Amino acid sequence: MTHAVLQQADIQRALTRIAHEIVEANRGTSGLVLLGIPTRGVTLAERLAGILEGLEPSGPVPWGSLDTTMYRDDLARQPVRAPSPTRVPGGGLDGRTVVLVDDVLYSGRTIRAALDAISDLGRPAAVRLAVLVERGHRELPIRADFVGKNLPTHRGERINVRLRESDGEDVVELDEGALA
Amino acid sequence: MRHLLSVRDLDRAAAVGILDIAEDMAEVAGRAVPKLPTLRGRTVANLFFEDSTRTRLSFEAAAKRLSAEVITFSAKGSSVSKGESLKDTAQTIAAMGVDAIVLRHSASGAARVLAESGWIDAAVVNAGDGTHEHPTQALLDAFSIRARLHGPGSRGRDLHGVRVTIVGDILHSRVARSNVWLLSSLGARVTLVAPATLLPVGVGAWPVRVLHDLDDAVDEGPDAIMMLRVQAERMTAAYFPSEREYGRVWGLDGARFGRLPADTMVLHPGPMNRGLEISTAAADSAASLVLSQVANGVSIRMAVLYLVLAGASGTAMDGFPA
Repeated sequence: MTHAVLQQADIQRALTRIAHEIVEANRGTSGLVLLGIPTRGVTLAERLAGILEGLEPSGPVPWGSLDTTMYRDDLARQPVRAPSPTRVPGGGLDGRTVVLVDDVLYSGRTIRAALDAISDLGRPAAVRLAVLVERGHRELPIRADFVGKNLPTHRGERINVRLRESDGEDVVELDEGALA
Repeated sequence: MRHLLSVRDLDRAAAVGILDIAEDMAEVAGRAVPKLPTLRGRTVANLFFEDSTRTRLSFEAAAKRLSAEVITFSAKGSSVSKGESLKDTAQTIAAMGVDAIVLRHSASGAARVLAESGWIDAAVVNAGDGTHEHPTQALLDAFSIRARLHGPGSRGRDLHGVRVTIVGDILHSRVARSNVWLLSSLGARVTLVAPATLLPVGVGAWPVRVLHDLDDAVDEGPDAIMMLRVQAERMTAAYFPSEREYGRVWGLDGARFGRLPADTMVLHPGPMNRGLEISTAAADSAASLVLSQVANGVSIRMAVLYLVLAGASGTAMDGFPA
């Protein structure tokens, strides 16, 4: 049994609110770098960068992608995954405030891998985390700074984030799986 | 992917997949910390029964960039000179706890024997077996050609329609064999140019065109020309009258190089015999890919070690042989 928990307008509003919160916390957009975690986090980072540029006149916010595949702690437990490109914007990460962007925050292990990846790329002044959906069940002491939607779930459920750029539509669905 | 023994085990999608992963690995080289933690705790043994500098160092650098431990074995100064067999040597190394063996051996088929005999459990990567295959060399050649043609837009692309001419000692060359199969499976059109004495008997069954005149091949203006090393150490008979004559008839000298289009890529697997099969003018020109081949070799070997070692045992990435 699958039902939509966020529609297109909800996603847009959530991203706009996250953008405002980022500007407020950072007192503007200077020194910001958005790094999306492939694949859908990258799409969200690009959208956030667009919204931030509209909010603050200080120029475009650099954004890129950060692949975590090679830093995962579960590599030896599943078939090999194809890595995705990591693209760091021209100015690098040193001294910047990096905002990691991902679609769903769950166990926290992807973010742990992302933090390791960042430390191999430079030394940001600070690292923040923005997620579209926070679904609980953390396995590590990690929390998000900016959350689009808190969505309490069971472990057996699945959250499917579908975005226009990759999936043709904007929707977040909750798949109740075997529990329903 | 359990082993990498032959490029013929890779279809087009799998080959492009390896090249794409190598693109991601190449990115790492430019970082502040050019190292990934991916293979932490894994051990790679380099088993080299034949002399090699670049391939051994390249595999070693690749394993270290992925944080694997590396044990290196060369036949010289080892118990092989006391008569120890491949089986005993491999089992001895395996008993020290290794996850992958990178094997170079003078016997064609040695890597497949090691992988399929049941002597050891480790993954086997063929780093050159006799005159049979050298898969990672062909992969890095394909990668280098693709990168020069498509730059940052290389990901996902094959070599459809690219005209590659391979010149020289095809008979003794595992590099040529692996390239013929890999490049044609990637869609390239391969031409071989060699004296009749240095072509293998079965070449008629290969997916290639054969020319016997280097000047004709040069005047066709291929997209890439690969000069093979004259392998004096494998030549047990007289295949050509003299080195000087070989260089004059089959070498990419300054005059032939000058007639090539400016954007024709020049490749050589190394080590080069300058003045014999390749002139310094060609080897050190802007068209030469020789040094990028070396750099790309590390990225390709990282991708291969990642594919054979990173996943759960008995599994494979989508589209790859198990």
